[in-house]
Amino acid sequence: MHKEFTTGEIPGFVHLYAGEEAIATGVCAHLRPDDYIASTHRGHGHAIAKGCDVYGMMAEIYGKRDGLCRGKGGSMHIADMDKGMLGANGIVGGGPPMNCGVGLSAMVRGTDQVGVSFTGDGGSNQGTFLESLNLASVWHLPCIFVVENNGYAESTSDRFHASGVDIAKRADGFGMPGVVVDGHDFFAVYEAAGAAIDRARGGGGPSLLECKVNRYYGHFEGDQQTYRAPGEVDELRRTRDCLDAFAGRVTAAGEVTAEDLRRVDDEVVALIDDAVARAKAAPEPDPADLLTDVYVRY
Amino acid sequence: MARVITFQKAINEALDQEMARDPSVVLFGEDVAGGQGAGGELDAWGGVLGVTKGLYHRYPGRVLDTPISESAFIGAAVGAACSGLRPVAELMFVDFMGVCFDQIFNQGAKLRYMFGGKARVPMVIRTMWGAGIRAAGQHSQSLYSIFTHVPGLKVAVPSTPYDAKGLLISAIRDDDPVIFFENKVLYTVEGEVPEESYTIPFGEANVVREGDDVSVVAIGRMVGMAQQAAGQLAADGIDCEVVDLRTTSPLDEDSIYETVEKTGRLVVVDEDNPRCGMAADIAALVAQNCFDDLQAPVQMVTAPHTPPPFSGSLEDLYVPSAEKIGEAVRRTTGGKVGARA
Repeated sequence: MHKEFTTGEIPGFVHLYAGEEAIATGVCAHLRPDDYIASTHRGHGHAIAKGCDVYGMMAEIYGKRDGLCRGKGGSMHIADMDKGMLGANGIVGGGPPMNCGVGLSAMVRGTDQVGVSFTGDGGSNQGTFLESLNLASVWHLPCIFVVENNGYAESTSDRFHASGVDIAKRADGFGMPGVVVDGHDFFAVYEAAGAAIDRARGGGGPSLLECKVNRYYGHFEGDQQTYRAPGEVDELRRTRDCLDAFAGRVTAAGEVTAEDLRRVDDEVVALIDDAVARAKAAPEPDPADLLTDVYVRY
Repeated sequence: MARVITFQKAINEALDQEMARDPSVVLFGEDVAGGQGAGGELDAWGGVLGVTKGLYHRYPGRVLDTPISESAFIGAAVGAACSGLRPVAELMFVDFMGVCFDQIFNQGAKLRYMFGGKARVPMVIRTMWGAGIRAAGQHSQSLYSIFTHVPGLKVAVPSTPYDAKGLLISAIRDDDPVIFFENKVLYTVEGEVPEESYTIPFGEANVVREGDDVSVVAIGRMVGMAQQAAGQLAADGIDCEVVDLRTTSPLDEDSIYETVEKTGRLVVVDEDNPRCGMAADIAALVAQNCFDDLQAPVQMVTAPHTPPPFSGSLEDLYVPSAEKIGEAVRRTTGGKVGARA
């Protein structure tokens, strides 16, 4: 996406998830198709991890008729209700209240579904986030609030936008567990998320999970990140890459070979390349689509 | 004669009947139970004005008090509606939309379109509106124009107990998000309301008084005000037709054009502020679509371009009155009695 965006063929705003992959995968590995997630503007990773079709996503990013949202949402609104993906969201902090809603729905209907919202460190300062923690706790909802703290709210460092020690500590005030994990470590995220999700599914109420992580690219594509220290991203890529950490650990344990991982990489490259090529070639939306799907019936 | 109940009781009955009929209907908001978990729970409030009284005990687990956190619980209504419930959320006063509007207009209203038709958001937001009880600037506004402006939302503004029940039942069964406006002055007004469940379709205006000389199109509480004016004008030989829009989104444009075609004169009565409001919108539609039928300029009777004042003497000037409607009607007839003559 980063390379494709520079060609000018991708319309609008795109916010990349690179560097944060361990979080979406570690959390969504525990989720069933009928569980729900509410995502963020940086939502590509969440969508893939929740099972959204990669070609459908790519066609959406290119604004094409085959897109998951028929070209009417774009990168910031990729959604697939059939997969329990309640949408990327162009409003920072827009998702947590909806997370409460799916939790309430599960509770009232007597199912053991759970809801998960992803929020950035920037979103964690929105009233919606804090209100939702309180509401979920008061109603004892099966909700998990995942904070992806990548250190920057757009360009503003968390040293200047977040008071307190950890965002996870905010959970204390709302009577729910709040845990900090290394968001570069898939296994740490997987274990912490599993505990929170099991708890919610079992009727134990909501939890907050703060994953400390880094993003490689800018707030949006085109952001030159002049506000970051020289070499900061290169150093992170070299020392804190979540994919490298995962590969190192599973190969060292003898669970997966380097050859297996190369094969997976090749498959992913082929999948993405194919999705991009098809998305570029896909038809534009029909002009009549401008007026459809505003209402179910009007 | 049919049974007579208040506007407020009609709303309670609509909620009661829909909750009994459909287990996916849930009701939540500030104080809608009104004492959940408190020492006096048995006599729970049922909303600040008692509109939802009694429902908490009848539907355990489905009538929920909320924290005073409109963004969270209105957003929760959106999420719940996307995932199998038909939530009815109460935003106590429409004036409070300022604290939660994102969840209404950027989330609830848009999900279906942004998601290419895959989402359904069958939620109702019930809210109190209107001036007249000396509640001042932050508890007296109309504001339905703002919601009507937003694609994806439907907006109902009932004027009678009968309409309140039928429109609310339609709203709850509707698969789109509906903002349901309950006028606080009308709550105690009584009217004939059948005991059985019934629906009133959205987008169909109601001609509440037939007449040949001047059309008066009105919304919500102003429908009664227009009827009162029409009664006074009839004594002077001016025969008004009064049309109640019932819903502002969808808007029954055809009924507006039909009545203008019939009378050639139009007065729009709207308690909302005048700029970019329903009255201006309707005047523009009529100018565009039936200009040739007009025998006089369209008149708008609205609140002034001010916040609602507190003082009773000022608030009475703020709200359109039967007298002001009468003056507007006379402006369209040029003072002539029996306009068509």
